[in-house]
Amino acid sequence: MKIAVAIKRVPDMDTRFKIAPSGTAVDETGLKFDMSDFDGYAAEAALQINEKQGGGEITAISLGPDVVQETLRKALSMGLDKAVQLKADAVPFDGYAIAEALAAELKGGSYDLILFGRMAIDSSNQSVGPMVAELLGLPCISAVSQLDVSDGKTVKARRELEGAYEEVTCPLPAVVTIDEGVARPRYPSLKGIMAAKKKPLEVKPAQLGPVTATVAKMELPPERAAGRILGENADAVPELVRLLQTEAKVL
Amino acid sequence: MPTILAFAEARAGQLRKVALEAVTAARQLAGGDQVHAVLVGEGGIGAHAAALGQHGADVVHVCEHAGFARHNPEALAALLAAAANTTGARVVVLPASAHGKDVAPRVAAKLKVGLAADLTSVAFEGDAIVGRHPVNTGKVLATVTLTAKPAVVTMRPGAVPPAAQPKAGTVQALAPVGDPSASRVVTTTLVQGNTAKLDLGEAPVIVTGGRGLKAAEHFAIVEALAEAFGNAAVGATRAVTDDGWRPHSDQIGQTGRLVSPDLYIAVGVSGAIQHLAGMRNSKTIVAINKDKEAPIFKIADYGIAGDAFEVVPKLTEAVKAARAQS
Ligand SMILES: Cc1cc2nc3c(=O)[nH]c(=O)nc-3n(C[C@H](O)[C@H](O)[C@H](O)COP(=O)(O)OP(=O)(O)OC[C@H]3O[C@@H](n4cnc5c(N)ncnc54)[C@H](O)[C@@H]3O)c2cc1C
Ligand SMILES: Nc1ncnc2c1ncn2[C@@H]1O[C@H](COP(=O)(O)O)[C@@H](O)[C@H]1O
Repeated sequence: MKIAVAIKRVPDMDTRFKIAPSGTAVDETGLKFDMSDFDGYAAEAALQINEKQGGGEITAISLGPDVVQETLRKALSMGLDKAVQLKADAVPFDGYAIAEALAAELKGGSYDLILFGRMAIDSSNQSVGPMVAELLGLPCISAVSQLDVSDGKTVKARRELEGAYEEVTCPLPAVVTIDEGVARPRYPSLKGIMAAKKKPLEVKPAQLGPVTATVAKMELPPERAAGRILGENADAVPELVRLLQTEAKVL
Repeated sequence: MPTILAFAEARAGQLRKVALEAVTAARQLAGGDQVHAVLVGEGGIGAHAAALGQHGADVVHVCEHAGFARHNPEALAALLAAAANTTGARVVVLPASAHGKDVAPRVAAKLKVGLAADLTSVAFEGDAIVGRHPVNTGKVLATVTLTAKPAVVTMRPGAVPPAAQPKAGTVQALAPVGDPSASRVVTTTLVQGNTAKLDLGEAPVIVTGGRGLKAAEHFAIVEALAEAFGNAAVGATRAVTDDGWRPHSDQIGQTGRLVSPDLYIAVGVSGAIQHLAGMRNSKTIVAINKDKEAPIFKIADYGIAGDAFEVVPKLTEAVKAARAQS
């Protein structure tokens, strides 16, 4: 199948963030970056689909400044076939502005399947995938935890709901956004890393849409007051219950 | 006068709590202006209009159609975008529920505007809409400004609790846009879990079991503790959902549900960064773990460094006793 996977470069979350002097972004000094978690699942899902079907081509697309090339190379080293950077000085917070740029690139690509992460782990907007689908006029199933496209014509997917799940179908070509559960991303092999260096990575200007959603402020949530260990066995239970009643007032 | 439009989510013919939350949030935004709610489902769904009026809807647009028996994102997005236009909505409020998050970006794209997602609060600031949105796995709080008209927002479940504020709730029939039965995206099956159980997003108390419980059947002790609270849901770590002890939908964390209950009790949970990402904004956190050094104690308000199999049943008894007294 001809598959596209939209991949965002995001900071590693295992860190103490600092706010940049602008007050509207996190300070990127010293942060490690990688592909967003769910985008890794999407890349893996694409690889498995084409491995099962024995053929096809997978394109990784990322919008952002030149540093996203590093993330695209990682996708290529996992086994994706080619990459496109939609070059922009910065990645806007507004998912719609991003969606217009991705849609403009994806429109002419005659992809059978376009995969997104359920959400970018930094913005947590969970919006770009379905927006792109709307802009392309394609059907979309979002946040799927199981995916089957083996008949080459239909998407059969499962979505997790609050205390329930649903099974959803739509015809291909389609947009699907990937939740956890579909596939755990593989680690690039040494061979994969070598091969990735020779794979095509095209750079094009991003045609961003209008920006109407902006970050006015970023701040760190208030630190939690230091907690305490009340005791080492069930003897501490009465004290815990007392604190839940008097201090936390949740009982 | 600016109208605020709220999507009143229903599932399997039942209004969801987040529907009342969306209408309440819309009411707060509207001040003295009009709140219009959109209620969609198969025949009979209109019976829930009164509850929306009770929570502040001046008008309830009801669309009853067999094609809306199950979630129908394409037809729903078309309907909501059209309703936003015909009512001249200044803001469209949806819940940041599974279905709300599926539909909201489609509505925003149809209206060609940005979206502010998963807000914990929302308000007008001058002519703009401003909302707070936890980003970077809850480690950073963003304040997002929307200048587009209409603005589309989704509200985190539980952020704005339903509040009664009776308004007329005048019912108006709303015709679908196109034929909802002809959508390309078709929900073929809906499998509900125990609907009597509280959802993780709605429960004021969450008791989460981790790998420290050692086997699926030992979840009985966290179930019993949740039961004792009476208003608790049971969550799980990825270690547990990976092993199939609990369904993936119970997973809390970076790649699971994001929750912020009043009380979060972690039992046999180490407190991996990816787990903390889903629950760090809980009001009060309790940890029960036999390892004093477990990272969960760094974030917990109260900890007991002990064996879950000894501590949890005692806690269950004590909670029962405390509730019997109050
Ligand atoms: C990309 C990615 C995404 C992830 N997303 C998530 C996510 O969304 N949610 C999530 O939870 N994890 C997630 N994880 C996994 C996470 O890193 C941890 O592996 C997981 O949270 C550990 O689960 P646990 O605490 O149940 O198990 P463990 O880490 O094995 O901890 C078990 C704990 O139980 C304690 N214990 C043992 N016996 C007892 C006893 N008798 N009484 C009391 N305590 C006892 C132990 O001391 C230990 O601290 C993710 C990982 C990755 C790489
Ligand atoms: N700058 C970007 N470049 C490529 N893909 C992106 C970008 N931003 C978002 N996406 C895709 O859209 C998904 C959802 O992002 P979001 O709506 O921001 O949560 C991500 O998981 C990616 O697949």
